[in-house]
Amino acid sequence: MENNHAKQSKGSSFFADLTRNQLFIPMAALLLLLVFNLIMDPGFFKITLGYNSAGHPVLSGFLITILDYGSELAILAIGMTLVTAATGGQDISVGAAIAISGSVLLRMLCGTNTRPETLVMPVLLAFVITCVVAMLFGAFNGTLVAVFGIQPMIATLILYTAGRSIAAWVNNNELPIISEPSFAYYGGFIPGCPIPTPFFIAVLCVAVIALVLKFTTLRLYTQAVGINEYSAKLNGLNPVFIKILSFVILGLCVAVVGLIKVSRFSSINYSVIAKDIEMDAILAVALGGNALSGGKFNMTASIIGAYVIQCLTTTLYKFDVQADALPAYKAVVVIALVVLSAPIVREKLAALMPKSGSREVAK
Amino acid sequence: MAENIVLQMKNIHKSFPGVRALQGVDFTLRKGEVHALMGENGAGKSTLIKVLTGVYSKDEGQISIEGKEVAIHSPQEAQKNGVSTVYQEITLCPNLSVAENMYIGRLENICQNWKKMNTDADKILQSLDIPAKATQQLSTCSLAVQQMVAIARAVDTDCKVLILDEPTSSLDEQEVEKLFKLMRDLKGRGVGIVFVTHFLDQVYEICDRITVMRDGQLVGEYEIEKLPRVQLVSKMLGKELDDLSDIQGEYSTYEPKEGEAPVFEAEELHSDAGIKPFNFHIKKGEVNGFTGLLGSGRSESVRAIFGADRILGGRVKMNGKPVKIRKPIDAMKNGIAYLPEDRKRDGIVGDLSVRDNILLAQQVLRGFLKPFSKGEADKIADEYIKLLSVKTASADTPIKSLSGGNQQKVILARWLLTHPEYLILDEPTRGIDVGTKVDIQKLVLKLASEGMSVTFISSELDEMLRTCSRLVVMRDGRMVGELSGQDLNQNKVMNTIAGGDK
Repeated sequence: MENNHAKQSKGSSFFADLTRNQLFIPMAALLLLLVFNLIMDPGFFKITLGYNSAGHPVLSGFLITILDYGSELAILAIGMTLVTAATGGQDISVGAAIAISGSVLLRMLCGTNTRPETLVMPVLLAFVITCVVAMLFGAFNGTLVAVFGIQPMIATLILYTAGRSIAAWVNNNELPIISEPSFAYYGGFIPGCPIPTPFFIAVLCVAVIALVLKFTTLRLYTQAVGINEYSAKLNGLNPVFIKILSFVILGLCVAVVGLIKVSRFSSINYSVIAKDIEMDAILAVALGGNALSGGKFNMTASIIGAYVIQCLTTTLYKFDVQADALPAYKAVVVIALVVLSAPIVREKLAALMPKSGSREVAK
Repeated sequence: MAENIVLQMKNIHKSFPGVRALQGVDFTLRKGEVHALMGENGAGKSTLIKVLTGVYSKDEGQISIEGKEVAIHSPQEAQKNGVSTVYQEITLCPNLSVAENMYIGRLENICQNWKKMNTDADKILQSLDIPAKATQQLSTCSLAVQQMVAIARAVDTDCKVLILDEPTSSLDEQEVEKLFKLMRDLKGRGVGIVFVTHFLDQVYEICDRITVMRDGQLVGEYEIEKLPRVQLVSKMLGKELDDLSDIQGEYSTYEPKEGEAPVFEAEELHSDAGIKPFNFHIKKGEVNGFTGLLGSGRSESVRAIFGADRILGGRVKMNGKPVKIRKPIDAMKNGIAYLPEDRKRDGIVGDLSVRDNILLAQQVLRGFLKPFSKGEADKIADEYIKLLSVKTASADTPIKSLSGGNQQKVILARWLLTHPEYLILDEPTRGIDVGTKVDIQKLVLKLASEGMSVTFISSELDEMLRTCSRLVVMRDGRMVGELSGQDLNQNKVMNTIAGGDK
């Protein structure tokens, strides 16, 4: 009988189900932004095929920018989602950690010479070392949070403060420049392919995490620890390990973004690189409708959220909002989006829908 | 008589999608009476109380207090109308002081005279004989004292109707006695008390009248003298209950083979939870129990067996072979399962679905790289939901929206799924209805007859006497006795707990 009831309510509460779906808000926001741009200036959607200085074909346009820079955020959102879910807090040292990763990568590639003719070691090897370093910094954050029970934002405040200094110190405060053109492929374009490489890297990362979530129990473990640590422990899980693991995975994401960022300029600016990127990454998670207090998470929603945030940033740039004023405009939009995606508002919205059978279960 | 009535609820209806939680329920409370509200889980008691306290809005019906019809939309409004509630789960803030907890949400001015608040709080605590100081942080009090603070908070407001929703489930007998004394005081002052509990003894000890509900409907209102226990139970269940007292005979006991080593054996085991080193063993197919007052160390002992607290020392053998159990995962790998005492804190993973909650422990045992496929997970979850007749809308429902008894069944399913050799149940029947209680007791005996060893802990002594063949008695973190066979009776157990030879 209950089945019958469920079937009946399915049709009438289609809209309610739609608004209740976690992907609804980020998708709706994306649609809204795109429609806004369409009305204001369809030029937003223009994509042109041109040639870069090296004579290779490259696509350009606002949508390509979103695809390019949104991919960095999407990669970070993967790690940030896991950290948020497991610890109920966020890592605010992501930008600083990217600076460290980038700096380490350059140091590995250049050695002591800041203007090397040839690279000291293969990029792959340097990248692996960078990953290890970034994961160690992740483990450091994770240990503060999981072992010493410090609030994640406070724990990562340490690295947030110190990270850029550490990054500068790694290269003796010098600014290495890599002249090897192939190094620019990671943050730019692979010759012959007009789509920006970061997008492919993001696709690869998303594929990896999708496989990990499918073929391991990472999702269940992370959620269980995030929702009820005590209970997780009595079910044989090790909450300390799971939390540290989430920070280590974020560390890996940071290393990947570090590679992209450094590759974009073949150099580094310690105080500017990836500045405030942690806020966008956290917003991506929030916009995806994931509770910032941890627990259940939806990875797809976070990743879409990342591109939405980038879409917003790009839209604002397009309308010539000054770089200084950008955060203020962004904040307004973000407040609206986050409030809309709050469970409380979603319940209310769903209740407004005609004949919406709310799915509340009676005691 | 009409003047005597402090609260009247008439023809209350409340529906949730798919469920008609209340259908035309009437409830009348008179001044100075203790009125038991009885019913199985899901009968609608909680919903009725939530309607009264403004947590839910009613679909239909009237509520009047002292003859005046009132509309209650929030717990604050309920409080203003003189309706105070103490819930089963403690709803105070553990990181605030006792006094702050008593006055939180009731401060009318922006400026607060902290000193006065503390002295006032102390006065109330003293008058109620509650062993806590106003300035003490709440989390440093025992669970029982916290519960009493919650009651003190409710009592202190000018209340005409006091609702106690399972207030005694975490109290030991002396504390229950104190609470009853307090309830009688309040009764003398003319407060009408609604008492929701699953403990039949307590109902008959303190209540004047009983309202019975079943499946969202009113069964009837009775004066206590006119409703013997057996009838009360049968009214709650809607059928004649076979004699509760003898379920042990229904199951054959498992016959251990000669010379078989005990399934579990511990020597000098102790943990950091404040228990003295103890020796313990359990044979295949045996049901034993740990008994003692609250805080005697009965839960801590089984937690030590499972590795739930930090183990400080001791030797442990499974089936005669020495094993090392330092963490829950070690215990699980050795075939031990543990259903914890505090279901909300240690048992359920609230936001996760019923399915994930059932699978969790077995999944952890299978390991990180072997998740259950969707099909397997659905199959197992459905099988166990059916096996234990868990009432849930679907396997996808978050466990937190189930009633207490059904949550407990899910946790039980979780551990049965791991097919343990040795199952530890710590208060599996706390706060759940009579029918489910009997189901669980029967299940325990059935499992034992099939060769599982079970440790069963309960605050209700007669429940343990019904199911266990051996009782370990604890006092102050120490094992003080072991009773079996002829010695298994109420008097003997009480005497051992109290520590007198008299």
